[in-house]
Amino acid sequence: MNPFWEVLWATLVKDIRLEWRSKDALNAMLFFSLLVVVIFVFSFDPLAEESRHIVGGLVWVAFLFAAVVALNQTWARELRNQVLDAYRVSPAPANALFMAKSVGNFLFVSVLEALMTPLFIVFYNLHVLGPAWQLVPLALLGTWALVVNGTFFAAMSVRTRNREIMLPLLLFPISIPAVLGMVAGTTAVLTGENSAHFYIVLLLTYDVVFTTASLALFGTVLHAE
Amino acid sequence: MNVATSVLAPVSIVTVNNVIKQFGRFAALRGVSAEFDQGRFHAILGDNGAGKTTLLRALAGLAQPTQGTISIFGKNPREACRDLGYMAHPSLLYDEMSGMENLRYFAGLYGLAGDNRCAESIRAVGLDPELTRGVGQYSQGMRQRMSLARAILHDPKLLLLDEPFSNVDAHSARDMVGLLNNMRDAGKTIFVVTHQALLLEGVADEFVWMADGQIVDRTASAITSRESVP
Repeated sequence: MNPFWEVLWATLVKDIRLEWRSKDALNAMLFFSLLVVVIFVFSFDPLAEESRHIVGGLVWVAFLFAAVVALNQTWARELRNQVLDAYRVSPAPANALFMAKSVGNFLFVSVLEALMTPLFIVFYNLHVLGPAWQLVPLALLGTWALVVNGTFFAAMSVRTRNREIMLPLLLFPISIPAVLGMVAGTTAVLTGENSAHFYIVLLLTYDVVFTTASLALFGTVLHAE
Repeated sequence: MNVATSVLAPVSIVTVNNVIKQFGRFAALRGVSAEFDQGRFHAILGDNGAGKTTLLRALAGLAQPTQGTISIFGKNPREACRDLGYMAHPSLLYDEMSGMENLRYFAGLYGLAGDNRCAESIRAVGLDPELTRGVGQYSQGMRQRMSLARAILHDPKLLLLDEPFSNVDAHSARDMVGLLNNMRDAGKTIFVVTHQALLLEGVADEFVWMADGQIVDRTASAITSRESVP
């Protein structure tokens, strides 16, 4: 196998194993998302029609904030015992580490979404009026948009003193186009008023641009002191 | 005569040329220049803040010199990374994974397949590859040994070890010194940063003393060098 894929696979398996044993990121993400669902249900008590207009925003904001927890964890794990230095002195390609971390975070956030979506449907009494299949590409592309930027900026901020604060400060502004696409696209599908096609293309473009940029710059970030 | 000379002549494999390393306004290395020969055991000694760890990190390619150059086997440290084994003061291991799981992962980074090499490395440092508990539950001495096992996993020609004997009991430290001695005899070049100079007396080929970010002395005995440093 190509060294890139070998290292990517080894790192991904290692990260899943560590998360399975510690459950640090998943537990924190789940708890946070549950709080968002419950708090907003009690705050708004919306009708089904109103829900369709606001849930797109609620869902993605909940996932965005919850993802930050996983993103911080992913690099904090590498800082304990300075394990990242072992990677830096090895001949393993930097991009393989980045892609493994991104895919790992994508899986963790996807698990969260799979667990939380039924709760959103139940609590907000949701019925999809548009083409429901469009929610799948929206969720996949939206999640990748969050984690690819998040993984990159988490790596940048991991050596800073206030990394928990630095990550949202770096990530949220640059994620605005993607978040708008996710929210508007999801609302379009839920209400059936517009087509989500434009937002899917927007997210796809965003993903391609930011994945390429992150891959191009990650080597510099990894070896920065 | 020429043949004998060429066989015996020491070959310099590490060249440090006027290296300065600054952290903000603080200079951790101040114009370090030195050449180190192949197949020798170099002990780097000095007080806290002398620049020992910074020099070792620069050799490993983890600290980029602010000025000056470092050449290892004629290449820059990052290009020579396949030939480098680095052990830091922290373990550079995942606490939640067993020793074997850790080494299996790091073997993958070097493109090494199979468990044999990992098990050999663990046995070489006197540990049991069958241990299933996480490295975080090891004693400090066991962690240090496992960290050494990780550093020698890919059979590097050059070993850079930062305080490998700290928090290790005397018996284990002697075992580790014996292992390093054998590796030097097998042709490896070894750098050890340590405060326990006497442990390496009679084993290390050279004692390199550092003070204030500079190499101030290089002698064959720790006792001689300690006396000669002002």
